[in-house]
Formats: sequence, structure tokens, C-alpha cells
Amino acid sequence: MAYTDKIRGIYTEILTGIKEAGLFKQERYIHSAQAADIEVEFPSGASLKKVINICANNYLGLSSHPEVVKAAHAGLDSHGYGMSSVRFICGTQDIHRKLEQMVTKFLGTEDTILFPSCMDANAGVFEAVLTKDDVMISDRLVHASIIDGIRLCSAIHDTFKHSDMEHLESKLQLHNDKRLKLVITDGVFSMDGDTAKLDKMVELCEKYDALLFVDDSHASGFIGKTGRGTHEHCGVMGKIDIITTTFGKGLGGASGGCVSGRKELVEMCRQKARPYLFSNTIAPPVVAGVIKVLEILSASTDRRDKLEKNTQFWRKGLIDAGLIIKEGDTPIVPVMLFNAKLSQDVSRDLYQEGIYAIGFFFPVVPQGQARIRTQISAGHEIHHLEKALDAFKKVGKKYEILGKTKQEIIDRYGM
Amino acid sequence: MEEMKEVIKDYVIKEYVEDDTEINFDTPLISGGIVDSFSMVSLKRFLENRYQISIPDDKATPDAFDSVNKIVALVNKYLK
Repeated sequence: MAYTDKIRGIYTEILTGIKEAGLFKQERYIHSAQAADIEVEFPSGASLKKVINICANNYLGLSSHPEVVKAAHAGLDSHGYGMSSVRFICGTQDIHRKLEQMVTKFLGTEDTILFPSCMDANAGVFEAVLTKDDVMISDRLVHASIIDGIRLCSAIHDTFKHSDMEHLESKLQLHNDKRLKLVITDGVFSMDGDTAKLDKMVELCEKYDALLFVDDSHASGFIGKTGRGTHEHCGVMGKIDIITTTFGKGLGGASGGCVSGRKELVEMCRQKARPYLFSNTIAPPVVAGVIKVLEILSASTDRRDKLEKNTQFWRKGLIDAGLIIKEGDTPIVPVMLFNAKLSQDVSRDLYQEGIYAIGFFFPVVPQGQARIRTQISAGHEIHHLEKALDAFKKVGKKYEILGKTKQEIIDRYGM
Repeated sequence: MEEMKEVIKDYVIKEYVEDDTEINFDTPLISGGIVDSFSMVSLKRFLENRYQISIPDDKATPDAFDSVNKIVALVNKYLK
């Protein structure tokens, strides 16, 4: 079909609507490697600005770690650039299986299957292990990729109120007649930075013979005493039936994801999951990089320990400055501003102060809960965090929000 | 009829409303963002258990569940 003016007009109108609603997403071009200190071109064509990055998922500071980069180079030399095939035809190398075995050991599960991304893992896993005779019961704040995976599955779907165990139990009772029940949650919730009550969820799943699924993308590598994830933090290693996670955040930050868990469920994914069957898997240099990441994290907890200390310093600094943050102990620290425009104004002013942090507002977060989501890294040094705190104090003073209550900020700026 | 309306309204509030949003018998539930379409399944199962009815899947549409009054009309269709 010809791309007529009429067709072009349809899309132009939609895009104009997105802009007018203040929801138009603009990329900022980073000219350096991903790290605590980066050089950014924004807006497009502007001269480069050196800023401190406090909005990356680079929790362990491994995105540009010299040993990881070196391992990726070596993987490129030894195993090539791409596979030109899906896994089950001729797209599996020894290092793919080696990485699967290493992830299995690291997470304390029975087996693992790689996916091109965790988005793909979540898109494929539910339809691979469930049928229309089953039910999925998910926390109401699970990640968008899980929602997409749920939509692709023929099992019926219900939800429970965020982290409300009483409500979850009522849903397990309501659906107790189903062949299989799968409870679905994030390990660490990406927008609020809070942690799922996996110990309680395991108890309920055992009581009602339900399976438990956890997306640990914002936890793998650093949550728990040795960084195994939310299941380690909650003392339920070996009791989670399905864990999905990403290699695009703490575990090196490049790309790729996996499903790890009970061996029969992993095998079901190998036989039936469509993103696995119909897409190339992770490229060899990235596989080699992730293998090195797991070697580093298995040898020492130094990086997750440093991240924990940085997080404590950052959370205390924000509270002492008089800002409102979401309670918790993870490196995802939302600074609450409640008003969408205020979140954009504060983000812009922080950038002028050399701090790169993004404002989030409805529909990414609920109405009236706009915020700056900050994310701390083991790649940050204390001087980075001190500079960022100084910027937050300066900008907070300008907008007169320091020491103010939620209601006082809402009264002044609205929701 | 009035009792059924109150029972369903109370269930919707208990099940789906997590803030101080007030609802009446005509408040748009699904198109108004109070009940997400994913969560309709528990509402359907609640109605079927409570009123001993079976609502065909193709009749349990977002539109048919969009207000307490519409839900009451749907339930009444399948009551014996």
C-alpha cells in the first residue's frame, strides 16, 4: 500500500497527541561508556555535558568493567559475532550451555534456559507451562513484560492487591479448583523499590499446592547476602519454581535473560516457548561477558557489599535533606514529588547541576505519585553521591519542598 | 434487586478500590479504570458462586461489567 498523506496524517495526529499529553519520550545520546560519569548530548545537537548518572540499572557497576570487556573481546575472537540460527537448529554453542549451568548454580535452581531478553522470557514462559485449565494469579504491580506474557497465555488470569498476602490467599481459595495455580510476582518492584514477601508467598503456595514465579531482574547479583536474589534475601532458596531474570541490569548490563527453575518447566520452555524457538539467542561476545560477570560475583561479594553501603548512604542523605522517599533497602530509591510537572522541572534542573535522573509520572506510575527514580550503583563513589545530594538540596530548596510533607507539596503543586 | 446492588457494590469496593474513590451504581468500573480487565475473572467467579449461575465467557465482556447496574442486569439474565 502506498504511504499516502492520509495515512501519514493518522500517525502525525497520534504523535501530536502524545506530545500534547506530555508523554513524548526523547532519547539522550550518551557519548561515553555506561558508568557513573558519562558524557551526554541533550537535546540533540547540544554540546556534550559531563554528568553523574543516577538512573541506570548498572547496579553492580559492571557494564564497562575491564575484566568483562576483556572477556567479551575474547568471546568474540573465539566464538564469533553471531549464530545466524535459532538455538535448536544450529544456534547453540558450548558457551551457551555453560552459561545456563552457571546461572543454575548461581541462583540455586535445577536448570536454566537462555532467552534473547527477560522480556522474551516473560513473553514465552507462561504459554509454555500453562493451559486453559490453569490460573495465573499476579501481584497488581508486576512489570509490563509479565503482563504481556500473561496476555499470550490461555490460562485464566486474576490479580491480588500489591503485596497483600491475605488477598492472595483469598484468590488461591477462589481458584482452588483449577488444575494448576501459578502465583506471579516481581522480586524487587522496579518503580517503588520494595521487595516481595517471598517467604510468606512460599508458605501460601505450599498450603494451596500452587507454583511460584518470580521476576528477579532488579535483584539478581546484589539482593541477598551473596547477591543471589530476592529468594536468598527471604530465606527461600530452592523453593521458587520459576525465576526469570535479565543480564541487562546488574549482571553486566548488556542484554539477554533467562528462565531458571524446576527442570521440567525449563524443558517445557525449550520445547514450546516461542521467543526461544523463533529468535536467535544471546550473541557469543555477550555470553562470554556474562560468564565473566558470574565468575566475579561468585568469587567475592565486594561489589554487592559496596552497593549496600552506597544505598544506605544515599537513602540517609535524602531523608536528612528533608526529601520524601519510598521506604525500603534496595538501590531503587524513588524521590516522591507527586506532581507530574514538578517531577519534570526537578529532573531538568538536576541535569543543569550535572545530575542525570529522570522524572516518572502517570501512566508509568499511578496518578499523583510522580517521582524522580534514583538508582544507586557499586560504580558510584561517595563523592558522586555527595555531589548528587548537593544538587538535590539546591533544587529542592528552589522549589521549597525540603522538609515538607506530602500534603504540603500537593497543596502547593497539585497532584 | 436493591440488596443485590449493594452486595455487588460492596464486593467491588473491597476487591478493587485501594484509595478513597467513591463509587455509585453507575460509576464506570472498567472504562473508568477502577477494575482492570484482567481482574474481571474474580468478579465473574464471585457472581457465579454467590448467585449459583453460569455466565458464558462471551457474555462476560468489559461493557457488561462496566457498572454495578450493568452487572445486576447481567446476573438477572442468568438467574433461574
